[in-house]
This record gives sequence, C-alpha cells and structure tokens, in this order.
Amino acid sequence: MSGITRRRFIQIGGSLVAAGAVPAAGLWPKIGYTADTVHLGLLHSLTGTIAIAEAALVDAEKMAIDEINAAGGVLGRKIEPIVEDGASDWPTFAEKAKKLLQRDKVPAIIGCYTSASRKAVLPVLSQSKGLLYYPTYYEGQEQDKHVIYTSQEATQSVIAAIEWLAKEKGKTFFLVGSDYIYPRTCNKIAKPTIARVGGKVLGEEYAPLGHTEFSSIISKIKAAKPDCIYSTVVGGSNVAFYKQLKAAGLDGTKQVLLSTVVSENEIDGIGKDNAVGYYACMGYFQSIKSPTNDRFVKALKAKYGQERVVGDPMECAYNSVYLWKMACERAKSFDVDKVIAASSELEFEAPEGKIKIHKTNHHVWKKVRIGRARADGQFDIVHESGMIEPNPFPKL
Amino acid sequence: MSFDIAVTQLFNGVSLFTILLLMALGLAIVFGLMGVINMAHGELMALGAYTTYLTAKFFEEHMPSLMNVYLFFAIALAFGVTFVFGYVLERGFIRWFYNRPLDTLLATWGLSLVLQQTYRSVFGAQEVSVPLATWLSGAWTVSEGIQLPLNRIFIIGLTALVAAGVYLILHKTRLGLRARAVTQNRAMSSAVGIDTNRVDALTFALGSGLAGIAGSVFTMIGSTNPGTGQLYIVDSFIVVVFGGVASLIGTVFSGFAIAQAQTTLEYLMSGSMAKVSILLLVIVVLYFRPNGLFAPKMRS
Amino acid sequence: MTLVQKHGEAAGHAATAIALLGIIPLALDAFWINLVGKYLAFAFVAIGIVLSWGYCGILSLGQGIFFGIGGYAMAMFLKLEASAPELPDFMVWSSVEQLPLWWEPFKSLGFTLFTILALPIAVAFPFSYAIFRKRVSGVYFAIVTISLALTVNVLLVGSQGETGGANGITDFRTLLGWDILGDGSKRTLYFVEALLLLAVMALAAALVHTRFGKLLIAVRDREDRVRFSGYDTAMIKAFVFSVAAVLSSIGGSLYTLQVGLITPGLIGAVASVEMVIFAAVGGRLSIVGAVLGALLIGFMKSYLSEQFPEFWLFFLGGLFIFVVVVMPNGLAGTLQRLVRFKA
Repeated sequence: MSGITRRRFIQIGGSLVAAGAVPAAGLWPKIGYTADTVHLGLLHSLTGTIAIAEAALVDAEKMAIDEINAAGGVLGRKIEPIVEDGASDWPTFAEKAKKLLQRDKVPAIIGCYTSASRKAVLPVLSQSKGLLYYPTYYEGQEQDKHVIYTSQEATQSVIAAIEWLAKEKGKTFFLVGSDYIYPRTCNKIAKPTIARVGGKVLGEEYAPLGHTEFSSIISKIKAAKPDCIYSTVVGGSNVAFYKQLKAAGLDGTKQVLLSTVVSENEIDGIGKDNAVGYYACMGYFQSIKSPTNDRFVKALKAKYGQERVVGDPMECAYNSVYLWKMACERAKSFDVDKVIAASSELEFEAPEGKIKIHKTNHHVWKKVRIGRARADGQFDIVHESGMIEPNPFPKL
Repeated sequence: MSFDIAVTQLFNGVSLFTILLLMALGLAIVFGLMGVINMAHGELMALGAYTTYLTAKFFEEHMPSLMNVYLFFAIALAFGVTFVFGYVLERGFIRWFYNRPLDTLLATWGLSLVLQQTYRSVFGAQEVSVPLATWLSGAWTVSEGIQLPLNRIFIIGLTALVAAGVYLILHKTRLGLRARAVTQNRAMSSAVGIDTNRVDALTFALGSGLAGIAGSVFTMIGSTNPGTGQLYIVDSFIVVVFGGVASLIGTVFSGFAIAQAQTTLEYLMSGSMAKVSILLLVIVVLYFRPNGLFAPKMRS
Repeated sequence: MTLVQKHGEAAGHAATAIALLGIIPLALDAFWINLVGKYLAFAFVAIGIVLSWGYCGILSLGQGIFFGIGGYAMAMFLKLEASAPELPDFMVWSSVEQLPLWWEPFKSLGFTLFTILALPIAVAFPFSYAIFRKRVSGVYFAIVTISLALTVNVLLVGSQGETGGANGITDFRTLLGWDILGDGSKRTLYFVEALLLLAVMALAAALVHTRFGKLLIAVRDREDRVRFSGYDTAMIKAFVFSVAAVLSSIGGSLYTLQVGLITPGLIGAVASVEMVIFAAVGGRLSIVGAVLGALLIGFMKSYLSEQFPEFWLFFLGGLFIFVVVVMPNGLAGTLQRLVRFKA
C-alpha cells in the first residue's frame, strides 16, 4: 500500500513539476528582430501604487509606435511593442527588464518612472548590454552609459523655477516634499540657488510617501508665511495636499506655489478647481502653441478620447520612441553601442519644440516653461527659458 | 507656538480624530463585534468613493443646479451600495469562514486584489477627481490667524451623527440587541429563536455601509484611485485593536488618542518619524494592555 | 494512515530534491533558474510560517521584518564591497560624508553572516516571549506584527542617507572578489540555495517529528492544557517564532544575492501578508507544500503578469480565494487527500 502511495506521490510531484516546466518551455526566446519586425520593450507599472502616474506613458509610447509604423517603420521594419508590468515593485522591474533583454532580446526598452525602478534596472542593463530610454523628470546624480534620459533632470527645472520665483514673486521660500530621493535632491539644489538669488528658506518639510494628512504641515506654512511654496509632493499625496491647502484658505489666488512634479495628468486627479492658480515648471505643457504640438495633441485625443490630457512625462515618452528610431536610422543598425554613439547631439522636433541629446552626458538640452494652472486644468505659460544644458552632477 | 497655531492644531487633531473614527467604525463592527478579519474593508471604502464620483458625474451632467447638494445623495448612495454589496458578500462568501478566522484573512486579501483590479479596469489606473460643493470649500475665519476649513467641520459633524446613529442602532433597536446577543453567544441566541444568519448578514452589511460612508467623505480630503483602500486598512485595524475589540467606546477613545498624538508629533518632528513614534507607542501600550485600552471584563 | 502520511512526506521531500537539483537545472535556462532562485528565497520564509503558524498557531504578519534583516545585512556587505574604497553612492547623494558607525562591521563577511543568523533571534525571542507571556490572542499578535512591519518600512524609507530610502540598496558586483552577476555564478548560487533549502526542509521535518513537534501541535490546539501540564508555553512559542525569524532572515539574504537588490517594499505590510499566503497556498501543515506554494505563486506572478500585464491580479486574487474555499489545507493537503483516496 505504501509502495503504491509513494510511486503515486512521485508521479504527482513529477507531473506538477512538468506542468510548471511546460509553459516555461513555451516561452522560447523570440528573436529581437526579423526581416520585417523589431521588438521594443515598454516597461511601466500598470498595477500598484505608481500606476496612477505611470500607466498613461504606455499610451503615448504606443501612439508613437503606431505613427512610426504607419510611416514605414524603422530601417524598414515594423515596431512590435512588448508591454511588461513593473507592478510598482522594484525587484519586478529588474526581473521584467531581464526578461525583455535576455529572452525577447529587445534592442531597447522605453520605461521606468520612479528613480527606484530605474536604479533597479541599471545592473541588468549593464549585464545584458541593454538600452533604456527613461522618460521622466528626475533628480540627476546619474549618467549611465546604457540609459538615455529624455526628460529634464533636476537642475534644469529647479534652478529655472527658483530664479523665476525670486524675481517675480518674492524671496522667502517654504520647501515641501514627499520623503524620498527626488524631493530631497531637488531641495538640495534649491537651497543654494535660493541663497544665491538673495532669498531665504523659512522651512523644509517632508511627508511620508502616500501621506494624506497635511494639516500639520499647512499649519507650519501658515506660521512661516512664505512668499513662495516650492512643492515636490508626489502621487496621491498631491491630491490631499492641494485640496487641504485650498480648504485652509491658501488657494492659488492667495499663495504662490510651484511644483516641479504636477503636470496636466496629475491635475486631472487633483481636481481642476483645487489646482487653479498654482504654478508648475515643466519642459512640456499641453497648451504650447505650435503646429507640431497641435498635431500631437489632436492625434492623442483622436486615439484615446477627447477627455484625455497630456502631461510632460507622456510627451517625453512619446519623444523617446522617436529618439530611438532616429538614432537607429542614423546608426543604420539596432546594435546598442552603435545606437548610443549615434544618439550624441541628435536633434528632434518634439511637440515641446526642438530638443537635442547632449554630446556626452546622455541627457537632453531643452527649454523649460513655467505655467499657471487655469480653471480648465490647462496651464497658461508665463515663462519660457532658453535652451538649458543638462547638468546631472551640479557643483553647488 | 503662537495661540493661533495652537488652536489650529487642536482643531486639526479633532478633525483627524473624526477621520480615523469614521474609518474605523465599520471595522469596529465587522472585526470588533463579529470577529471577521476583512482585509477588503479598504476596498469597500474605495467602492464608496467611486460611488460618490459617479454620483457627482451624474449630477454634473443631468442636474447641474443640484450640484451643491449632490454630496448628501452621494453619501446615502455610497452607504446603500456598500450595504448591499456587504450583504451579498456575507451571504455568498464570508459566512463560509466563520469558524476559520485566519482563512477569512487570506480569502478577503484575494478579494481585495480582485476588487482593486476591477476598479482599475473600470475607472482607469489614474486618480479620479471628485468635485467639492462650493459651500464646502473655503474656511470659516474665526480670527486673522485662525481659519477652519469648512469641509473638515462638515466631516466632524457628520462623524458625530454617524457615531450616534451606530450607537442607537446597536443599543436601542431590536437588530442591535440581536446583533450583540449573537456576537456574545451564538448558540444561545439561536436557541431563543434569533435568526442568526440574518443578523450576521445585516451586521456585516452595516459595517460595510459605514465603510462606504467613510470612502465617500474621504473624497473631500484625499485622492480616489484603485489603491485608495490600501492606505486606510492598516490604520483602521490599528485604531480598532488599540481601542479594544468589541468596544465601540474603545474605538472612539483610541481614535482620539492616536489623532491627537499624531498631529502634535507631526508638528514637532518630521512626518516619517512621527508615524514611527505613533506605531511604536501603540505597540508599547498594547504590550501593557494586550486587549486594548477598553478590554471587556469577562471570562472567555 | 500514519504510515501513508509518513511515506508520502518522505516521497515529497525526495521529489522536491529531484526537482530542485535535477529537473529544474536541466530543463530551464539561466533566466528561469535565476527566477526560481528568487522564488526559493521565499520558500525559506514559508517553511518558517508552516512551523510557527501551521504547527504552533502563531500567525505573524511581520515576517518581512526578518526577511529584511537578512536581506539588508547581505546588501550592506555587498554594497560596501562594490563601492570600496568610496562611500556607497546613495550616501553621497544624501550628503552623508562619513560611513555611519553601524555600517562599519558589515565590511566583514563573518560579522554579516553572524548578523543574518543572530539578529533575528535577538529581536524575535525577547519580543515574542514578552508578548506570549501576556497570553495575548492570535489576532493581536498578527496586528502587532503587521504594525511593526509598517513601522520598520516607514523608518527605512525615512532615513534615506543611511538605508537608501525608497530605492533600497542596489548595484552589487562581487562577493569576496567573486563576480556574482554572470549566469555561471547565478547557477552556482542557485545550487547553494537549493542545497541549503533541502537541508532546512530536512531539519524542519525532523523538528516536527520529535516530541517537541507534538508539543507544538498541543500548544496550537489547547494551549491552556499544555500550560497546566507544567510547560512554559510562552517559551515554546517564542522558540518556534525565533526559528521562523531565522529562516526568514536566511531567505532574505539569499534573495539579495539572487535578485541583486533589496528594497523597503519587501519589509512592508503587503509583502508580509503575501509571505503568509505562500504558506497557505502550499499547505500550512506541509513543509514540502510551503516550498511548492512559494514556487507556484512566484511562477504565477511572473508568468501571468507577462501574459496578461493588465489583468493578472484577477487571476492571482482568484487563486487565493479558490485555494481557501476549495483547498483549506492548501495544495499539499489536497494532494495528500488524493493520495490517501487512491491508496
């Protein structure tokens, strides 16, 4: 009896293992590109806490891919996107990046939103000789040879924003941020800049990520009475922060507040009435008047519905696909090293205007703009800088 | 700290207290009285929040003149929807686990994943914005330095009403009497002719409905997204356990203590450290009073 | 019946050994072997949960804390080696100019390994003994541990300069000069991990079959009677809880080695609940089941999220519900019933 049992058990155990192996074996590595298609990895959080901000980027990337395919593809091949979910979990990002590079053999990935997810992907990139286009504004302090950073790094927006605020709105500042690396680094850049323009920091506060109770911080702001609030609060916390600021009487007509992380997409969730009158500093605003941008916005709305708004990261995600395509064409190859070499000083007529990849540091030259939120959730552009050189390792 | 700030902070403490209380009341019934560990309780709040969002959309499009009072309909509707959902949930799901409390934890965790994904598929991953009635935005200016946000005053009032309502239902109605009887001694209650199944379902539905009200109200101060519920669930459990299971008064006191400590500490130190201090404080107090602040004095 | 169970269990262990050391390394490529290595790290935690929850009735929703102790200790050692002689990069970004004092000892591998094994005990034992002596109910213990997990998570994220904050610690290269990134070394690491896991499985099985194992079950079912018989039940429970803590810590340190990073997300409330679910799906009374559960859920997460990036949570949530409703004793329990029925 026990003999049968044992054999039976091994059989069951064996078949279970086999059952696990079959789907795995079904995932034979695809080849990165064939005679008429080339794969492109899109790696963003579609689930979890960061999906709020990140899921929309996939839409912009898919649109760029469709446009490129309609116009004949890259080097004669159609782009086939492979979408992976990073699930707002950094180890998952590393796992999925590895899957894209080693199994699907994609020649490039457009992806990541938080710095943490990018940091998790970096070792995989260097090990598998991959290429990542990173489409989000971030804190700088990094220059990896496998990454092209297509949005503004902190100095590009923070210094421009603080200088403009000090000149136009007043010289006392209150710094509020979520408690992680982006806000802390931005404030590290903001403080010497404030000192340089003759201003003063009246307070610096950080709220835990995901915090929804800002009454104590607002009390401190009220006690300090700053001319300007510089905010780097992110994600769902922003909704609570803006709503509570407004309820406490510090709305956009009475208090100057500038954020380097609130784009049109965030305002959608914050609620248009709650954001009216506050400022944001971004590379791109949907309200930019130019034929390229009109075409871009129109195409996006046609594809995803008239309700949709476009923010800076979405535009940078869109640009990333084009930057990759142009670099491949310039290199006449999908080879990562050649594409990286060909990216140097590559220029692209983006919806935000001309952008140019830096000769050496993998970031982009771009203009930044300061906008003031209107009642319809769009921004009135009140200031536009010249082309700013990216400087990921500022000396402060 | 000036006088103005002290008053504002005191008000903030009271406001946070009512928010925590609203959050925990539903759980105090479901978990505290019935002993059901419902990890999807936060998702029930999100259900209330999304109901509010849909109501607001409906009013915006079909009767914009009534936008100012839509919130009352939304709260009622949020209660109704989550009440019915809770009733169905109890009948079809929860009741199979009454003798396996820790299994409930796992099954409802699975349920919370499914619900989150449902919200994401239906409403999108992004936050939705729920408009605030004009008469609720702005602040009551007591003096130059003291401005008390109207929406918070509204929440304080509403919570007082809801808490009083829950007290009355539990202590002055037949349902409440039966609910308390069933939770204290199921077999005996059944023996004296109480339909315990019905009572269970109604009690659970009541707790769920309260979660719906909380979710609806929180759209005024926080964000509404598929993961909203996750933000509140652990805090809610802590409030209920800290107060003492099976003690509604305990929940009230525990909410008050945690809220006051949090607003005070947040003013004195960084947000992260304040949170850490509160959690440690709760753990230390629970060590000395393992059954919470208000443990029922009876033999088990 | 006991005969069947006993042999069935031995067969289960043997099958696991064959699968881990034979079938998986032969059938799968480097990419999947590395992933299986990641799932196996959670199998250690799950075995600990089987011992403490399944056999002794202690439900801890804070196993992530111990997972984090092992994971962070290993990460600190690897990070110091990768960045020597400079400071770790995240410290530089956060303007920390000198290595914090408590990082110093982690320059030594010996101290790191000692920490991985000893610190969980030093934390778990006194803490849980004090609580169990109070005779608190299981629900309270669950809530206290989940609050602790949340606390540690907030603390880690909040002290960015010393812990890497929300990013965690990442980008390692070598272990005592041995390159840990290549496919070959990942394979070696996998075998080390698999052998270690089999050893732990054997030890855990042995523990359960001793008189002490019977005592554990007695404590779970009627703690008061065991106490009246003169046993210090708090001591017994604290012991098992400490064993579970050490296992979590070992799992955490292997996770860091396999995945190449550790983040505060793995310490938080959500991750801690997930760890319990591994054990529940596999079968809370079966050591083989725990390993099976960790492998299955890990695989499902990878596979489903690949195939259905937008809808995979439906399946995962559905699976949890299905297992609890249809298979209260998890996969292993169902398998055992099946076997008994056939036999």
